[in-house]
Amino acid sequence: MVGRVFSHRAFQPTIAAGLMVFALFAMPSIFDATWIFNFTQMAIYSMVAASVGMLYGRVGLVSLGQVAPYGIGAWVTIRLAFATDIPYPILLAIGGGVAAIIGLLIGLPALRVSGLYLALVTLMLAVGVEVILFRLKFANGGPGFNGLALTMSDRAPVPRPAFAEGDIAYFRFVVIVACVIFMLAVAFLASKPGRAWASVHQSEPSALASGISVTRYKLMAFGLAAFMAGVAGGLYGAHVQWSIGVDQFNRQAALFLIAVVLMGGIGSLWGALLAAFFATILLPFLTQNVIGHQFWNDFALTIFGIGLMINLIQTTRAMDKKGLLE
Amino acid sequence: MIEITDLSVQFGGVRSLDEVTLTFPGGNCGLIGPNGAGKTTLFNVMSGFVTPVAGRIRIDDVDLLDIADYRRARWGVRRTFQTVQTIESLTVYENVRTVHEHAAEGSRAERQDSVDDVLAFVGLSDVRDKVVRTLSQRDRRFIEVARAIVGEPKVVLLDEPAAGLPEEETDHLAQIIRSVPERTGATVILVDHDMSLVQACCDWTAVLDFGRLVAAGPTADVLHDERVLAAYVGDEEA
Repeated sequence: MVGRVFSHRAFQPTIAAGLMVFALFAMPSIFDATWIFNFTQMAIYSMVAASVGMLYGRVGLVSLGQVAPYGIGAWVTIRLAFATDIPYPILLAIGGGVAAIIGLLIGLPALRVSGLYLALVTLMLAVGVEVILFRLKFANGGPGFNGLALTMSDRAPVPRPAFAEGDIAYFRFVVIVACVIFMLAVAFLASKPGRAWASVHQSEPSALASGISVTRYKLMAFGLAAFMAGVAGGLYGAHVQWSIGVDQFNRQAALFLIAVVLMGGIGSLWGALLAAFFATILLPFLTQNVIGHQFWNDFALTIFGIGLMINLIQTTRAMDKKGLLE
Repeated sequence: MIEITDLSVQFGGVRSLDEVTLTFPGGNCGLIGPNGAGKTTLFNVMSGFVTPVAGRIRIDDVDLLDIADYRRARWGVRRTFQTVQTIESLTVYENVRTVHEHAAEGSRAERQDSVDDVLAFVGLSDVRDKVVRTLSQRDRRFIEVARAIVGEPKVVLLDEPAAGLPEEETDHLAQIIRSVPERTGATVILVDHDMSLVQACCDWTAVLDFGRLVAAGPTADVLHDERVLAAYVGDEEA
């Protein structure tokens, strides 16, 4: 995988800005409410996908645990949104911050293991977080630590920011936040940490010989990736608003996430957008608008699985060519 | 001056370095020996990749083994690798800058000047902004050397830097290596199987064989030492 490094170079600011302007001003008049809902989910999911792509593509860390900070960010932001009047952008930062702390904890085993073992360890941690979230459940307007309503009539939707209560306004808000997160990722990739990560990915001995603290930069990568996923989680809560479960944050979601990220490509931030497109637009499009049957939903997932297998076979061959499998 | 005292490294049942005591006097020094002699192991100990079972290494009255692995580059120990390990996804400038920003002092402007100076010194200014994966193996070799000498290194460990280079490029590399001590004040230790390169660059050379020191002294004398010849071509009595 050494030749395929997650890069900021292909993410030209002009194209990104053009895309953002299109999303903010053209898409709401082109697509109906259902698709705006799906595109909102795509913008959210692209941040999580970017966090996985950055870890894997830039630092060489195969984490299957990115759904954990995604879920933690969602839980913290939803709970605080019900309990406080903190402005929503700050809530997102808090949710991302708490997720980053958990991300650092997930990153600790990364200092000892790598490759398949890291994937398994991070998956186990994700399962642990899934169990905790399942027990806690997501706040829905009630009292207490969990914020769970005692009766159905007490349930309330997750509040959205006052300036983005409608679906279209919220879509625009999510797009702007996603752009900020992508710019944050680009800023890191193009600066000292990004170069250090590329060096660690290429060769840890070489990174050490360059004066790079491999431990510190791996932890930094886990922290940033978790922050990105945590912010996405915070946006997810106010996006869905009602009856939020752990479906987005469970082990199946973890495997699905890595599958679509590999399908989208780990070579650049565009791959994250493509992965999110596969997961949140293409799949609903195939199942709802073209094929229209649950069977074809499973069929589409099978196609994703086949794509993942092809990707892994190609990766193995590439590694074999480079003599990395000895 | 680099003083190595009773240095031993053990990998399972194999003694890769066996009570090696050796003093590199400074300037350009050669370190030669057959495959498996322990040359790269010594570099790996100095870089912090391998922990010896005994012995010590003192440079400028500092015990090198007391310094954490990633701090050794910042302290001044730099190296190249037998297999080129440049960062393929970054540009030539970024490759050298990465070492400078982690292992050397200086402001942003000083860093840029320093990196550009080194690139000019090794002849890579023309490809400064090219991504390394698009460059030749020859360019990668010189990028590695640039990464090793940028900033103010105290010790530069060159592990077979001429491997795979054509003769004319080896001559260019020899010129660069000869100039490094004067340019940086560093002690250069050159490991290479190309004896003409070692002769061209090094005034002083040490020879290892099976993890033991065989000979050390002025290069011309060492290369004609019978024990060295025996190590390379085999001892007839053995």
